[in-house]
Amino acid sequence: MAEIAGATRDRDAAASADADPAREKHKRRRDVLSVLVRARAEELDGALRALDLAPEFEVLRAPEFGLAMTRGRIGGGGAPFNLGEVTVTRTVVRLASGEVGYGHILGRDRKRAHLVALFDALWQSEATRAVVEDRLLASVAARTAEEDRHVRVKTAATRVNFFTMVRGED
Amino acid sequence: MYVAVKGGEAAIANAHRLLAEKRRGDKNVPSLTVTQILEQLSLAVDRVMSEGSLYDRRLAALAIKQARGDLVEAIFLVRAYRTTLPRFGTSRPIETGGMLVERRISATFKDLPGGQLLGPTFDYTHRLLDPALEEDDAVEEAARAEDPGSEAMPRVTDLLGQAGLIEPDPEGEDEPSDLTREPLSFPADRDLRLQALARGDEGFLLALGYSTQRGFARSHPFAAEIRMGEVDVEIDVPGLDFPVPLGRIKVTECQMVNQFKGSAEAPPQFTRGYGLIFGHAERKAMAMALCDRALRARELGEDQTAAAQDEEFVLSHADNVQATGFVEHLKLPHYVDFQAELELLRRLRAEFEAGRGPAKDGQEDREAAE
Repeated sequence: MAEIAGATRDRDAAASADADPAREKHKRRRDVLSVLVRARAEELDGALRALDLAPEFEVLRAPEFGLAMTRGRIGGGGAPFNLGEVTVTRTVVRLASGEVGYGHILGRDRKRAHLVALFDALWQSEATRAVVEDRLLASVAARTAEEDRHVRVKTAATRVNFFTMVRGED
Repeated sequence: MYVAVKGGEAAIANAHRLLAEKRRGDKNVPSLTVTQILEQLSLAVDRVMSEGSLYDRRLAALAIKQARGDLVEAIFLVRAYRTTLPRFGTSRPIETGGMLVERRISATFKDLPGGQLLGPTFDYTHRLLDPALEEDDAVEEAARAEDPGSEAMPRVTDLLGQAGLIEPDPEGEDEPSDLTREPLSFPADRDLRLQALARGDEGFLLALGYSTQRGFARSHPFAAEIRMGEVDVEIDVPGLDFPVPLGRIKVTECQMVNQFKGSAEAPPQFTRGYGLIFGHAERKAMAMALCDRALRARELGEDQTAAAQDEEFVLSHADNVQATGFVEHLKLPHYVDFQAELELLRRLRAEFEAGRGPAKDGQEDREAAE
């Protein structure tokens, strides 16, 4: 299972650096999407305005709400079982230049799903990839990394060391 | 049997208007916002998500508001909403080993790699009511420590498993059963049992788990690990050759280890019970793990003597929406039904008073009425 967070993902990157190019491309796009789905609507909207990007696109699949059944594994690492459903919003757009962008996000938010799809497509386009990376992905990744760090440092402050008391000794 | 009635439209409409007014309460008090429920009653939100079997914090908070805080009613609302949506797909199994951990404790190992992290817990509080909460005083900011880094924390059962002291996770990649698609049937495999338990009523599972500790299906549990935090969710999407990340959800996982089981082929080892719940729901995750272990009686060749080991009993009664539906339908008009019973009773009494006692055909009459 490669699809886990943080350090493991970095290790995978190192391990698969010389893997075949298609897999490497997929992995990069997946990493981009994992940043985009955590972006707030105002971050996405703000970037679109600030970058003065008014891309021409058509909507291949209008934003719609639905469900995905999430699965866990028995014992954490065993055979899969159905845990319960999550709400999902999905949409697909295609730029005039041909790139197809997917917006699949947790929750119910048509606008944010649309913007995720648009930026997924813009990132695939050679013409706009660098600007998307520099002006949107970098700042969202920095914010979410900082939020994760806050969780870790606050959790770390609750780390406890229990001492076992031995009965019947002086 | 329930026979439909009609009429009462105006009374019903007015009852619902009265309900709406009662729900709102004193209009001089500001209305609760959904966001306030989301932020400040987050464990109620988590319970509605887990038992509603639908992860959507905002919907759960809305349901709590609409249900006036009646969580079973809120769960019912969420379940009803769920039926209006199409299913886009299923996720890759979530990886709890890659969790951004907010709490992680073990009652079995004090020095485990990654440490014991208490996180935001009610444990070790004195359970004294805090009058200060009557006011909206500023809350002290949480303490911070040095960043331990984002290295993933191994699950305790994996550490113990490496030494062969504990039974391994059951292997397999078969498509798991889904009780939202096919009704429960028995015998139920562990995947189906876990799905039913994960959406089961917390109080019911808690009572059953408690019963196993008190000696009904005694299994000597230890909480090897409880962890809570966010994990990534990814689904396969037609047209894309890689799993698509959707975002993160918060889950609570409990690993119970229980007394040994060995056989002619395998040396004795710890057995396990597993709990995995949407949101921060530690009590329920522990209860689920106790119930999971008890329900493995057949598989582990244990005597089935207690309610907690009876999968038909446990799984058929764990769902509080089904339970409340059947119990609460008793308050709907049963006039025709009851009229039939009344007539039967009158006839029996007439026969009794005529000095003959219940007639031989009394039994047949009762069956006809039922």
